[in-house]
Amino acid sequence: MRGEPVEDSGKLGALLDRYRGQPGALIPLLQDIQREMGYLPRPALEEAARALGLPAVKVYGVATFYAQFHLKPRGRHVCRVCLGTACHVRGGERILSRVSADLGIAPGDTTPDRAFTLERVACLGACGLSPAMMVDDQTFGRLTPDKASRLLRRFAREAPDGGGGGGRTAE
Amino acid sequence: MGSLKLQINGLQVLARPGATVFQAAEEAGIAIPHLCHHPLLSDIGACRLCLVEVKNARTLLASCVTPVQDGMVVETESPRVVRARRTVISLLLANHPEDCLTCQKAGECELQRYAYQYGVERTTYPGERKDYPPDDSNPFFIRDHRKCILCGRCIRMCAERQGRSAVDFAFRGFATRVTTAFDVPLEESPCLFCGNCAAVCPVGALMPRAFVGKGRAWEQTRVRTICPYCGVGCSLYLHVRDNRFIGASPAPGPANEGLLCVKGRFGLDFLSSPDRLTQPLLRKDGGLVPASWEEALEAAARGLKEARDRHGPQAVGVLSSAKCTNEENYLIQKLARAALGTNNVDHCARLCHASTLAGLMMAFGSAAMTNPIADIDRSQALLVIGSNAVEAHPVIGARIGRAHRRGAALLVADPRRVELALCADIHLQHRPGTDVALLNGLAHVLVEEGLYDAAFVEGRTEGFAELARVLEAYPPRRVEEITGVPAELLVRAARVYGTRRPGAIFFAMGITQHTTGTDNVLAIANLAMLAGNLGCDGGGVNPLRGQNNVQGACDAGALPAYLPGYQRVDDPEARGRFERAWGVRLPAEPGLTVVEMMEAARRGELKAMYIVGENPMLSDPDLGHVEEALKRLDFLAVQDIFLTETAKLADVVLPAASFAEREGTFTSTERRIQLLRRALQPPGRSRPDLEIVLELASRLGQGWQYRGPAAVMEEMAGLMPTYGGVSHGRLGEDGLVWPCPSPDHPGTPVLHRERFPRGRGRLIPVEYRRPAEVPDAQYPMVLTTGRILYHYHTGSMSRRSHGLSAHRPEARVEIHPEDAARLKVEDGDWVEVSTRRGRVRVRAEVTDRTARGVLFLPFHFAEAAANLLTNPALDPVARIPEFKVCAARVARAAQAEGGEGRAR
Repeated sequence: MRGEPVEDSGKLGALLDRYRGQPGALIPLLQDIQREMGYLPRPALEEAARALGLPAVKVYGVATFYAQFHLKPRGRHVCRVCLGTACHVRGGERILSRVSADLGIAPGDTTPDRAFTLERVACLGACGLSPAMMVDDQTFGRLTPDKASRLLRRFAREAPDGGGGGGRTAE
Repeated sequence: MGSLKLQINGLQVLARPGATVFQAAEEAGIAIPHLCHHPLLSDIGACRLCLVEVKNARTLLASCVTPVQDGMVVETESPRVVRARRTVISLLLANHPEDCLTCQKAGECELQRYAYQYGVERTTYPGERKDYPPDDSNPFFIRDHRKCILCGRCIRMCAERQGRSAVDFAFRGFATRVTTAFDVPLEESPCLFCGNCAAVCPVGALMPRAFVGKGRAWEQTRVRTICPYCGVGCSLYLHVRDNRFIGASPAPGPANEGLLCVKGRFGLDFLSSPDRLTQPLLRKDGGLVPASWEEALEAAARGLKEARDRHGPQAVGVLSSAKCTNEENYLIQKLARAALGTNNVDHCARLCHASTLAGLMMAFGSAAMTNPIADIDRSQALLVIGSNAVEAHPVIGARIGRAHRRGAALLVADPRRVELALCADIHLQHRPGTDVALLNGLAHVLVEEGLYDAAFVEGRTEGFAELARVLEAYPPRRVEEITGVPAELLVRAARVYGTRRPGAIFFAMGITQHTTGTDNVLAIANLAMLAGNLGCDGGGVNPLRGQNNVQGACDAGALPAYLPGYQRVDDPEARGRFERAWGVRLPAEPGLTVVEMMEAARRGELKAMYIVGENPMLSDPDLGHVEEALKRLDFLAVQDIFLTETAKLADVVLPAASFAEREGTFTSTERRIQLLRRALQPPGRSRPDLEIVLELASRLGQGWQYRGPAAVMEEMAGLMPTYGGVSHGRLGEDGLVWPCPSPDHPGTPVLHRERFPRGRGRLIPVEYRRPAEVPDAQYPMVLTTGRILYHYHTGSMSRRSHGLSAHRPEARVEIHPEDAARLKVEDGDWVEVSTRRGRVRVRAEVTDRTARGVLFLPFHFAEAAANLLTNPALDPVARIPEFKVCAARVARAAQAEGGEGRAR
């Protein structure tokens, strides 16, 4: 990650300007940067520290504390496979291993072409639909491994939405 | 301020409002267990070990963050509290290796102590343990994450005291650990390796390498003494086992409050260097061969005596040492004056603060820091000019940074973007050698805008009218032309210094090492007097002294024009006092300075020299000429702890004991006289300087009788009014700050409260003059020299420290990126820097720390000796050479194939 160029630094500059000199605005700034760039690249965090007047290590500490922040590039699509109680009982594990095999990555990782990031989550709150998974902000239930594979192929065909990253995190 | 009444463990306790329960208990002699609390740091109430039971409180409260209230009833060891503490300890142990048997920290580990105290044999919560690899990337200390209990002391030390914020908590929950930004090794972080984090770590998570495997606390002896590096005068403990030096740790001295820098903490292993001189050496058939003390002392005395008898006392010169004690300096100058009959005695203060001495003597009548280091905490404005305090006086640098974070305004004037400049409110980046113009410009604004202290100027000073007339010629626009500092910035800085009072000025070699050094100092004195910033807490004119005892060496009279206590040799009355006390006639003419001695030797007029603990072969300007001079001498005796570049030229080498192996006193930059305590036996046959000087004196026909350093101090006190009340018995752990005229006098931390020693402060107008050498077509750049954090002076100590030399093995010349691009030089490339006097090969560091057109080369490295290049042009008053400015050029050099750069 080190030395990676800040993509689209013009936009970053505008974000930094909004909070310059306000150390208390660290979290909103990190959220804005991540929304813009898809993740928090190291140079952007260093810039953020300078703009807010905070030590870089403080920014790093906050960025690594919250699960919502990502220091590694994210895929254009984020695929969250549920392994909460209901999904676990109804075979979520099989869904996860199929998706993992299809994408060729372990949970927590991103495909080399940055198409997908795979995550395992504890509960999507869709127990009635179990086993379930989310792709970006859409939820899909009553899955079988084959259904999950088809879904992935569908999303893979979709054109990436917008240039610099743009993978949306559905909260 | 009233006090609150509370009850702790049944005791009636009084506490001041705002105190915490922890503090109230501590003052009542009740110790409350704690891990995250540390007296040097803010309280975060995180470890939950200091929980106490407060009557009517819903839960147990963390005493370190609970303010006292009137009528509070507190129990610190109730059954409920003890149960909670056991749980806390048990939880900590759940994730802490049970390796006390082999842990270096055993015996001083606070977790171990509390586990013992509360009988927690092992955790009752077995489970997963963290297992991150330790960070052992640096040569100074190891961070072992497995042992870390996440108390955050290291984090707060780094942020609050050092202002570095190199580490903080990162990640969450079980994965939480203390690490750097982006989890890089410390070496790639802003860490300066002061090691103060390790000093407050309650467990073995931060461990200095030097201690590992060298025995544990109960096997070591700890001796409290004074750091031998810079002039701050930090107190430290030397840890010793079986007469072997292990390492150092900070002691809570008045100057350093329990903090150290990388040199004091990790740079003292030169003590056990195999290079230490252990026997006298005599030159025979061209080489230096071992000799007996008798032979060596005889030869030394004979050499000096012969030169004196044949050519007169003026043909003999003595260099004393700012590394020697006050007592040794006193005896060395006495040897020169009384035994050899010459005032040719000087030391390296000539090369650092001679101009301070000259300037402040004229302006105030006394030349030293006017205010104590602790006053930094009381200043509202701090003007730091020509001082890279973070690197050259790190503990003071850290304190200035802390004052700034507390809210004091920080103004930094420096041609380089030194550490303090990075965080300063205003950085005035003036061209090297334009200090008078800059300072006059600031003073001009004070006068012009009526921001000066008219009452102080009227009541305490003289010469205002004339000063004001000269200052008229320094309006901001003209100053901008000379210095390159934008006029608006200058005006802003002047307004800050003029209105935020009290304001203190700190300066060092960037001011003094110029042909205009004395003028620079006078301009500083003028500015401070105009602002009325003298004789008050938190104000002052504060020259930061470079050597640990350079203040004391000056005090003790190792100066050609001054007898001990700044009494002029050409003052018959003063001289008479010493003649009566010493029972000899003393020479009345001021002697030669260091640089003049070298000149006289080169001309063949000076025939013999006795050099104690100095290394002019690296420290003096224009080394080519110094070597020539020393080689021309008929006789050279050198006394040192190492075979320095200078000692290699000697006829007799006398092996001396280091600071850790002798007793006496050092006087720090804040005029604090502190006791040096012996921790080790001198290696081999080396001996303390005091003994050597006494032996030499007796061979020069002197019947001196002193029963050790304390007796020498007794004689000094009788002859030096400022030391009149000083005796070893009085010094204790905090020492005494001179002037201390009588045995019942408490010392004088702040000078000039009522009056200046000369009566009124003298405002002496000074005009800007150009440096002796300015860039031209042939040598188009400016070369400036100075220190870096990790090394010290000629490197004879720091380069023999394993950690320091591993961390910074070689010199780098700083060059601005634009200059580098023009010359096609890249970071790390070999370049050749040359001046009219010489050239050196050195690697380049491309950085905007230095300004366009300015090169910076540290002077610690013999293989790229900055002083082959520097200009020996002298300040006309103080005779200090212009180390800080000369004209130079730089060019890419052939890139060595794994080779090394050698000088010339």
